[in-house]
Amino acid sequence: MNDLIWVAIKFMFEKLLRIDRRIIFLFVLIALIVPLFLNISQHIAISPEVRDIYDSLRKLQPGSRVLLAFDYDPPSAPELQPMAVAVMKYCFKHNLKVIIMGLWPQGPLQANLAIESIKRDKEFKDNPPIYDKDYVNLGYMTGNELVIQGMGTDIQRTFPRDYLGNPTSSLSVMKGITNFSNIDFIFNLSAGYPGTVEWVLFAVDRFHAKLSAGNTAVQAPQVYPYVHSGQLSGLAGGLKGAAELEKLLGFYGKGTKFMLSQSFAHIVVIFFIIVGNVAYFATRGKKKK
Amino acid sequence: MRREIPLIITGVVGFTYIIQFFIPHWPFNIMEHMLTDWMLIIFAFAIWLGVLNLMKVSLDRISKRTKDWPYALVTILGFLFIVIAGFFFSGGRRFLDPGTPFDYIYQFIYTPLSATMFAMLAFYVASASYRAFRARTKEATLLLLAAFFVMLGRVPVGDAMTSFLPESVRLSKFADWIMNYPQTAGQRAIMIGIALGIVSTSLRLILGIERSHLGSD
Amino acid sequence: MYPTKKALLETSKFIFLLLSFLVLMNVSAFCAVPEDPSYGAPAPPTDLVVRDVPNDAGGAIILHWDPSVDDVEGNDKFIGYEILRSTSPDSGFKVIGTATAGSTELTDNQTVDGKKYYYIVRSLMGSSIAEAWPVGPVSSSQQWFNLGRINSFIALLILSTAILWYIHRARRGDTLFIRKIAGLEAVDEAVGRATEMGKAIYYIPGTQDMDNVQTIAGVTILGRVAKLTAQYETPLDVPVSRSLVMITAREIVKEAYLNAGRPDAYNDSMVHYLTDDQFGYAAAIDGMVVREKPATIFYMGAFYAESLILAETGNSVGAIQIAGTAMPAQLPFFIAACDYTLIGEELFAASAYLSKEPKLLGSLKGQDFGKLCILGIIIIGSIIQTFGIFDFTSIFTVQ
Repeated sequence: MNDLIWVAIKFMFEKLLRIDRRIIFLFVLIALIVPLFLNISQHIAISPEVRDIYDSLRKLQPGSRVLLAFDYDPPSAPELQPMAVAVMKYCFKHNLKVIIMGLWPQGPLQANLAIESIKRDKEFKDNPPIYDKDYVNLGYMTGNELVIQGMGTDIQRTFPRDYLGNPTSSLSVMKGITNFSNIDFIFNLSAGYPGTVEWVLFAVDRFHAKLSAGNTAVQAPQVYPYVHSGQLSGLAGGLKGAAELEKLLGFYGKGTKFMLSQSFAHIVVIFFIIVGNVAYFATRGKKKK
Repeated sequence: MRREIPLIITGVVGFTYIIQFFIPHWPFNIMEHMLTDWMLIIFAFAIWLGVLNLMKVSLDRISKRTKDWPYALVTILGFLFIVIAGFFFSGGRRFLDPGTPFDYIYQFIYTPLSATMFAMLAFYVASASYRAFRARTKEATLLLLAAFFVMLGRVPVGDAMTSFLPESVRLSKFADWIMNYPQTAGQRAIMIGIALGIVSTSLRLILGIERSHLGSD
Repeated sequence: MYPTKKALLETSKFIFLLLSFLVLMNVSAFCAVPEDPSYGAPAPPTDLVVRDVPNDAGGAIILHWDPSVDDVEGNDKFIGYEILRSTSPDSGFKVIGTATAGSTELTDNQTVDGKKYYYIVRSLMGSSIAEAWPVGPVSSSQQWFNLGRINSFIALLILSTAILWYIHRARRGDTLFIRKIAGLEAVDEAVGRATEMGKAIYYIPGTQDMDNVQTIAGVTILGRVAKLTAQYETPLDVPVSRSLVMITAREIVKEAYLNAGRPDAYNDSMVHYLTDDQFGYAAAIDGMVVREKPATIFYMGAFYAESLILAETGNSVGAIQIAGTAMPAQLPFFIAACDYTLIGEELFAASAYLSKEPKLLGSLKGQDFGKLCILGIIIIGSIIQTFGIFDFTSIFTVQ
């Protein structure tokens, strides 16, 4: 009888070891979708790296110039767009002048989408950000790290026109800006190359700019060494980084909203890993006997 | 000469790139920009080679009715649809301007499709983790435990589970410690090895010791 | 005794003048414009030092000053600094730039080499300014060697010498030990498996262009694999993401088939372009893999987020997968989803490993020598930094 039970259990575990991946996909799908309809608040612990970003922003006086480098495309938008929106909202609320540019072609387009969403927000509906008063968009420039090098020498020569075709010298937000020494803070949103590493190597190491970054969760581990060396003044990694930034800056958005889905998804993955290991040890133990 | 000329060009351009990094004096200071500009021009024109090849291969498949030829038809129709919409239906505006058909296609077809492909990673990570994270050996067990702690520590659930502990030793702090120390050390070691490999490979290419990319041993 | 009329008159005059003076003082005190701090002149910046920017191509002079005593946190009236320049110490100064409060440095990138310049830096507070004496003359110039990069130069010399030395030793006939790399040992087995099953081999040389060293390493390995497929008559499919990679890969595969004595088996359509777009490329390959079900898939080159999408799809059809990339972020995905993975430098070693050519193997040993040097530096540096002997890391700062 015991042998029969053990054979049944072993059969079940062996089935589990070779479970159809579509069943795993189904569980992950449920874990991602169901939380969107729940209203559970989570405590978001703030990491020191994200706090550094917040501290850097808080030190800026009204009228300071903030350069936002949008170096990502739509696939990375779920992680990076919430960071962009939170930082831009903070800048507009505290009268920090925003200069947008991108080393990826779709970057400045993502910036426009972020601004459109801010204009629809009830907090900014009556006082929306105005082009060339609160922000400008210099657009995309080809050349990767050479663009950063060019900006370190002369931003207006590197970007002679904004994305609408206006001469950069005619923009009031760009008045008095020659290079990075006239920019008070740079925030780079990066999903790969060219991205944060290039900004550190050129803007920080060569031109001593003050830089913080938001990266995708996959990219962030590669950038941690620069945080520890002090070259980067803060790093927000992935959706959790976005949620932390939203919490610190006081603008709750999609980063916080989607964290619950991420929590559930992580639990599902961990559950399957535990089940897989139990099945592995159970079938291995029987084989040894 | 068919192989010698590319080798000479590779050597000259390679050494120029190395020298200009150390010599700021004119004309070396303009060489990096100049060579990069030339490279971008070549890449821009090379796109046509790829597009023409794609069209040729797809048309071949359609005309010969090879297996799965409908996919080749979809490729050609998709290509023509976007090109025609961008060039001929922008109403005098730049094709990238908001409100044009191209912008509509970008926002409502291309962007969701790209995001969907990227989102598939969530599911694939789950199935890959299920297969890969088995405690077969000591090293695999260490990998499993690290993944376990980082996955839980990176979401608020980890802190909720360890809320009875002081804040400095909760799961999120432990996950941060794993990311900041062992993970960073491992990344740095791999990056050092990769950098050495790149220097060695580049030197072989510049000196003409490595010639396989030219089609010869 | 009574005062005289004259004395009374003089006294009255004096009292009148005194009273007038007092009244005027008080009136002026009431009428005076209250002192507004914003109109008070700020203190000028001090210790202005101007010099040619070192290690550059000329055309730049750097200015450094100590901030004004009024430039303190909390003093919102302090605006910043204006920088003026002239070619004469006495006149002709024009504003060439501004710096925000808290700044102590500015680079003038608009100078003409050899020309002498004089600079003034002045503080701005409200509508008041204060400037120090002009400083100069200074002129910019080009330098022939960037001394800020001497450490890179020395490191490059040491590493290159080591590589060339070991290549020389290998050519001389010395045997060099290279450890086994499981992924590369499995290449023959993987190609053989596809041959037995009568299915195709897919070779994916990454998603980057020929300017990426990983792509070059990837197409180099393609040559070796193509030689095997030519010998075993195994179908080979090489979908690429860049046009120049397509051209190069075609040359390599054609040459491999020629060298294997099977030029008739080569077909241009073996190497074909799909799309430059990252996820379009991944979607196209996924579709091909699911429909064609290849027996073996090689991923050799630079990959980004599409790596796991490709590898998991390949795993789902039961293909044997060998991956190699030097992208640290993608290595974990390949390790989880593929049967064999070449980690980082193993990708660059693959060409040497598979060909067994002495001069290529020699370069691997040179690489290892470089790694040994770095290990030594890390150990020594850790000790020096831990005990605070001196700032060891400053030796490795590159300008």
